[in-house]
Amino acid sequence: MTITIYIPRDTASISLGADDVAKKIAELPEDIKIVRNGTWGMTYLEPLVEVETEKGRVAYGPVTVSDVDGLYKAGFLSGADHPLCQGLTQEIDYLKNQERLTYARCGLIDPLSIEDYKNNGGYAGLKNALEKSSQEIVDDVTTSGLRGRGGAAFPTGIKWNTVLAAEADQKYICCNADEGDSGTFSDRILMECDPFCLIEGMTIAGLAVNATMGYIYLRSEYPLAKEILNDAIRIAGQNGYLGSDIQGSGKEFNIEVRIGAGSYVCGEETAMLESLEGKRGMVRAKPPLPAHVGLFGKPTVINNVLTLGSVPVIMEKGADYYKDFGIGKSRGTIAFQLAGNVKCGGLIEKAFGITLGDMINEFGSGTFTGKNIKAVQVGGPLGAYIPPEQFDMPLDYEAFQEAHAVLGHGGIVVFDETANMKDQAKFAFDFCAIESCGKCTPCRIGSTRGSELIERGDFKLMMELCDLMDTSSLCAMGGMTPIPAKSAFEHWPEDFKK
Amino acid sequence: MVDLDKAQEIIAEYTSLPGGVLECLHGLQGVFGYVPKETIDLIADGFNISRAEVYGVISYYHDFRTSPAGRKIVRICQAEACQAMGSRELTERVEEILGIQTGKTSENGDVTLEAVYCFGNCAISPNLEIDGKLHARVTGEKAAELLKGENA
Repeated sequence: MTITIYIPRDTASISLGADDVAKKIAELPEDIKIVRNGTWGMTYLEPLVEVETEKGRVAYGPVTVSDVDGLYKAGFLSGADHPLCQGLTQEIDYLKNQERLTYARCGLIDPLSIEDYKNNGGYAGLKNALEKSSQEIVDDVTTSGLRGRGGAAFPTGIKWNTVLAAEADQKYICCNADEGDSGTFSDRILMECDPFCLIEGMTIAGLAVNATMGYIYLRSEYPLAKEILNDAIRIAGQNGYLGSDIQGSGKEFNIEVRIGAGSYVCGEETAMLESLEGKRGMVRAKPPLPAHVGLFGKPTVINNVLTLGSVPVIMEKGADYYKDFGIGKSRGTIAFQLAGNVKCGGLIEKAFGITLGDMINEFGSGTFTGKNIKAVQVGGPLGAYIPPEQFDMPLDYEAFQEAHAVLGHGGIVVFDETANMKDQAKFAFDFCAIESCGKCTPCRIGSTRGSELIERGDFKLMMELCDLMDTSSLCAMGGMTPIPAKSAFEHWPEDFKK
Repeated sequence: MVDLDKAQEIIAEYTSLPGGVLECLHGLQGVFGYVPKETIDLIADGFNISRAEVYGVISYYHDFRTSPAGRKIVRICQAEACQAMGSRELTERVEEILGIQTGKTSENGDVTLEAVYCFGNCAISPNLEIDGKLHARVTGEKAAELLKGENA
């Protein structure tokens, strides 16, 4: 009998040797079928090899090439015990304690099998959407409470409604897949492990605002995601899910992937539009909003990968179902990403409201180095450094805003006690200097001056500069760079005295 | 000598693509390994924009270069998640192994060392990439092993 084995094919797994492990397992003298699934997001266990047994999928990880012979001798092909055995995948606490809506299929399926996708709820949302009017789709998304998962957290329904109401001969859906924050990889995982989910979300967005063309602006640092997305777009088209007559509805939608060129600020929506138009990625002043004057001057919906990727489940299971997850004005789930100096790093999809401490200690199991935690940076390079005393903060947009912190894209980077927070503050300015688009002076010049002031030890002037950058920069790049710098100075002043 | 006919052929593939300048530059760099300065006129003509605009785009983005890189390209992530796992020390070690500073190409043209800000592999940092192949959880020792024979 053929034994089915799952070995992930995502960037993280491959960077830890998954391709070599797959090759080695394929050479075993048994009748084996290897499925290259996506990752479940339990990065600390990658490469996670799963064997299909009568009881379910049994997981072994992290598996290296040198482990394969031992696993074979121990009988892993029949799900036997072994020091690397994690038991049934679905019973692993890290996965079991999540609330998976957007990532329900990640890890489970072959990312490029449209049959797998449809057999696991895929395209049920589009089917429902095709039976509704544009306004009804927009209303559902509004009711769901979905807010932009890219960082700014703007209500998605309101944005869509503006584009729907705009009169134009052409409208666009732009998917912002320029996930540049350090500590974030949730977009990459969704694109690599469930690309049809994003494609379906964009298609529904197209139906919602009467746009026929969608672009995915993908960062060049994600070459595997490019390959997988392009394959998935082709397959979706061949199966009548993209093109001029989607599932016989007479509705049209097409998607094209465009590649960035290593510029962080192009993750800002207007800079992204400039880049998509083939120009330097410089920020545009708003208004006009992209919803009115967006790509090529036309009304444009700009959402990030997870926002669009959350739409299929909302359309499949209903706005109220989605809304019932979360707390306050933060509805639904968010994909947190545990990174940096953490023992069990990975992706955790959870309803809003879990505390930062629970996330780091229960899912993350503390630091990788085993030393005490000094700080965590949440929300990317423009997010605050948070000390352990504040770990009881619930992870939701409002609580973070109140604490002058940023939830952003949900990235959580852990630092142990060896970190020097003056170095981290200086890096915030240095990074801003490298990545500033240069259009506004506070960001272009302020970033360089900030770095110099830290070197010089003039922290009073540094704080004044922070206030200036905060109030007078054109976009979040300059406006938020003070957040990591100020938080580092406020919580760890002793590091600045050295 | 840059094969300008080949360049013209590549540019022509992209001129009808709306906003296709970046894709065109990626196309040229994919074939030549860089965007030859000699092609700027051709790009400007093809997209009906000024030479200054073309140069502005090329110089704006970190990915594009106007002279050849080393035969091998090594990139190290310098962002926070990798910093938290010792990327600063790793970078020093790699610079020592290769005998060049970050951002430079060795004199014999063997290798270029570049900084990257995030490969999206932050749960298993620090990350180092050699000719497009990403390696996670890289220690100084592992880097030395991976780069064996690369020191100029």
